[in-house]
Amino acid sequence: MRKLIPIAALLLAAPALAGAQDLLIRGARVHTAGTAGTLQNADVLVQGGRIAAVGSGLTAPAGATVVDARGRPVTPGLFGGVTQFGLEEVSLEASTFDAELKLTAPAWQHMWRPEFDVTPAFNARSIVLPVMRVEGVAWSMLSPLAAESLVVGQGSAVSLDGRFDAALDGSKTLFVNWGSDAHDASGGSRAAQYMLFDQAIREVREPGSSGPAALLLPEGRAALKSYLAGGRVVFYVNRASDIREVVGYAKARGMKPVIAGAAEAWVVARELADAKVPVILDPLENLPGDFDRLGARFDNAKVLHEAGVRIAFSQSDGFHLRKNRQLAGNAVAHGLPWEAGLAAITSSPAEIFGVAGSRGRIEKGQAADLVLWSGDPLEVTTVADHVWIAGNPVALRSRQTELRDRYLERLRPGSTR
Amino acid sequence: MSPSRALCLAAAAALSAACAAQPQAPEKSAATAKAAEPAAASRAPFSSTYSPAPSPPTLIRGATVLTGTGTRIDDGDVLIVGGKILAIGSALAAPEGARVVEAKGRWVTPGLIDIHSHMGVYASPGTDALDDGNESTDPVTSQVWAEHSVWPQDPGFEAALQGGVTSMQVLPGSANLIGGRGVTIKVVPATTYQEMKFPGAPHGLKMACGENPKRVYGGDDQFPSTRMGNVAGYRQAFADAKDYMEDWKEYDAKLAKHEKDAAEGDEDTTPPQPPKRDLKLETLAEVMRGNILVHNHCYRADEMATMLDIAQEFGYKIAAFHHGVEAYKLADRLAAEGVCGGLWADWWGFKMEAYDGIQENIALVDYPKGGCAIVHSDSEEGIQRLNQEAAKAMTRGQLAGLDIPPERAIRWVTANAAKALGILDQTGTLDAGKMGDVVVWNGTPFSVYALADLVFVDGVLLYDRANPAPKPRSDFQL
Repeated sequence: MRKLIPIAALLLAAPALAGAQDLLIRGARVHTAGTAGTLQNADVLVQGGRIAAVGSGLTAPAGATVVDARGRPVTPGLFGGVTQFGLEEVSLEASTFDAELKLTAPAWQHMWRPEFDVTPAFNARSIVLPVMRVEGVAWSMLSPLAAESLVVGQGSAVSLDGRFDAALDGSKTLFVNWGSDAHDASGGSRAAQYMLFDQAIREVREPGSSGPAALLLPEGRAALKSYLAGGRVVFYVNRASDIREVVGYAKARGMKPVIAGAAEAWVVARELADAKVPVILDPLENLPGDFDRLGARFDNAKVLHEAGVRIAFSQSDGFHLRKNRQLAGNAVAHGLPWEAGLAAITSSPAEIFGVAGSRGRIEKGQAADLVLWSGDPLEVTTVADHVWIAGNPVALRSRQTELRDRYLERLRPGSTR
Repeated sequence: MSPSRALCLAAAAALSAACAAQPQAPEKSAATAKAAEPAAASRAPFSSTYSPAPSPPTLIRGATVLTGTGTRIDDGDVLIVGGKILAIGSALAAPEGARVVEAKGRWVTPGLIDIHSHMGVYASPGTDALDDGNESTDPVTSQVWAEHSVWPQDPGFEAALQGGVTSMQVLPGSANLIGGRGVTIKVVPATTYQEMKFPGAPHGLKMACGENPKRVYGGDDQFPSTRMGNVAGYRQAFADAKDYMEDWKEYDAKLAKHEKDAAEGDEDTTPPQPPKRDLKLETLAEVMRGNILVHNHCYRADEMATMLDIAQEFGYKIAAFHHGVEAYKLADRLAAEGVCGGLWADWWGFKMEAYDGIQENIALVDYPKGGCAIVHSDSEEGIQRLNQEAAKAMTRGQLAGLDIPPERAIRWVTANAAKALGILDQTGTLDAGKMGDVVVWNGTPFSVYALADLVFVDGVLLYDRANPAPKPRSDFQL
C-alpha cells in the first residue's frame, strides 16, 4: 500500500459544492460572450443551477444569495483547453496517467483504436481539479494523447465542479494526429496518412476488405463509422499545406474537421473560413518549433478571426489550464479584439465542442457557470473573486492554498525584511 | 598540442594554478599570460568578442522608471551616453545630437535577464540535429560547455529580445548530476556565440537534483538510479576534484623548488612532470575556487538542504537553485545563506517533485530579509514574457498580504538575476556607469497587454516595435 492519500487531500477532493441555491449577482459588468456583448451595471439571476435572467434591476427571490459585484466583471466559467487534465495526477508518474493507449500488440493492430475513449478515466475527485476551479476554469476538453498513433482516440468535454458524471452531452470527439506528429505512425511519410485512413474507411464500409492486415477491430469500425457520418474530428496538425489538404480530405469523407495546433493556420485563413472549419490554437506560439511550424507567428489568432474563422485557445499542457486567459490577453495585445479574446475561452470552444446549448455564454437557460473577477478577466494581475459552477459557489480552496497558508504562517514570525 | 596548452606550459613557471584554470577564466588569464609573446596578440580561446556598435546619446524622458534597485521614479528621465547609463533623474538635459524618446505614460526598466534558458542548445526548430543540450552519456560531464552547443541562429533569441530580455544564461540540460558549464550572453544578433558572450561574466555550472538524473540513468539500470545515488555522485566528483587540486598544488611546489634550485645553479635539478590535465575536474576545481557559479536545478526543499550541505562540505557556494518549486518551504534559510531562487510563477504538477508548487512561491522567497527571488523561464515561450510571469507572482504575493510594489517585483527579472549570474556590477539596474541595457514599455510591464516598445543593449537600439526590422535577424528565418 504505497498509495496512501493524505486526509487533507481527501477533504479537498470532495466536491466543492455547497448546494444549489438561488443567486443574484448585482451591479456587474457582464461579459455575456453572446450576442448581447458586454452589459454595464447589470444583474445575473441564477435559479436551479441555471441562468434565469440577465438584465437591470432584477429582484432577488426570497432566500437567494445576493452578491454585490460593485462593477466588477462577470464572465462565463472559462474553458481550460484541450488537454489531459483530469486524466493525470502527475504527468511523469505513469500510474497516474490515463491518456495514452499502449497496448502491446503488433503496431498495425493497436495503432488504430478509434474506440479508445478516455472519458471514463476522468477523475472528478482529482486533487488537481480544485487548483484550476478556483481560477475560474469551469470546463475543459479531454483529449487522449498518443505520440505514436495516427488515430489517437476519443474524448469528451467535462465539467470541473467535482461531479462524477462530468462528461457533457454532445461533446464526444475523435482525435487524430496529422503531419509530422504522426510521422512514425504512418511509416515515415505523411503521405501515407491519407493512404492508411482510406484503408480504415474502406474497412468501415466494407468489413473484411483488408483481410488479416486490417487496421480496425469491429469496435473500431463501429466507432469510426459514427465520425464518418458528420462526427467531430480534431486533427492535430500545424503545416499550412497539411491543414488545407486534411480539411478537404475529411470533409469529402463525411467528417466535421476541427484543426488543433494550427501554427500555420493563418496562411489558409480564408479557406478555413469558407469551409467553416474552427481552429484551436495557442496564441503564444510564435517560434518555428519544427518544420511544420516555420510560419508560426503572434497574430495567428487575429488573422484567423478577421477572416471569420471560429477560434478557441488551448495550451497542450493540462497543468496550465488556468493560463488560458493569459493566452487570450496576449492575443488581444497582438491585435485580436478583446471580445473575441474572451469568446476564444468561453463561447467559441462551447460551439466547437457541441455544448453551446448549455454553456459558454451568460444567457437565460445556460448553466450558471460564472466567475466574478477582481478586474479585467484577461489581465494577469486579475484573480477570480467568486466562482460558481452550475449555480453552486466554489470554495476557493485547493491543495495549493493549503500549502500557501501553512508556509506563510511559518515564514512570518520574526522574519521581516 | 593546442595553442592553449602551449601557452599553459610556457607560463607554467609562475602560473600553474591559473594555467589549469586558464580556459575557465579566459579574460583574466589572457591578461596574466601576456608574457608569453607568441599568443599575446590573440585573445584567449572562447573569450568574448562582443563589442557593441557605436550609438548616439539617448535621453528617455518623462517615464515611470523602475530602476531595479527597488526605486520607482515617476516622470523620470534616463540618459544613456557611450553605451552606458550616465544619469537617472528628472529634467535631465539632452546632450548634443541625442536621440530623445518622449516616454510620458510609458515605463522604463533595466533590460530583463533570464538565468535559465536553453536557447541555442535546444533551438527552434527542435530537430534531432539541433538537439544539443544534454550530454547524457555520463552522469558527470563538467567538462562540457553549453556555449559549444549554442546555435546563434536560433530564432528564439530575437523573440526574447522583443520581450525585453537583454541578457540570459544558456545552460546545459538537467539529465546529468553535473551537466556542464553555462554561458551568459547578451541578446544580440551574431554569427558566433563569442560575439554574444557577456564580457567578463563568470561561467555557471549546471547541477541537477532529483528525478531527472535518476530517471535518465536509472532507467537504463545505470548509476545513479536513486536520490542517494545522486548525492554520492556529486560528492565523488567534488572529492576527485579536490585531489586534482592537491596534485596541482604539489606540482606547483615541486616546480617552484626546481626553479629555485636551477636559479641557484643546481645543474642536476629536473622539472617535475605536471599532472595530466582533466577538463572535468578542472571545472569543478574552478567552482571550488569561486570562479564558476553553481546553478542547481532542484525542486524539493529537502534536496536543496542536502545540496547546501554538499556545498559546505566542499567549500563552494550555490548561486541559485533553479526550478525550486518548494523553495518557499526553505525561504528563510535561502535568504540567510544568500542563495537565490530561480522560480516559475505557476508551473507545477508535471512531475512528482513539482507536486507542491504554489503561486506564492516567488513572493515568499522574496520576503525574508536578504531574500533573492528570481523569475526564470526554462522556456522559449516563457522567456518572452518574464514581465507577465513577475506580474502574476507579484499579484499572488500581494493577495497573501505581502507588500510588493512593482519597483520591488521588477528586481526578480533584473537585479536579482544579475546578482545570481555575477554581472550585477555591470547590468541589472539603472545605476550610473552600468551598461545601457534598457527597456521602454508601452505601459506598466506588469500587464498582459505590456509590450516592449524599445529595447536597448549597451545603448544600441536593437528593437523598435514601431519600426521593426524588415527581415528576421536569424538566417534560418529568411
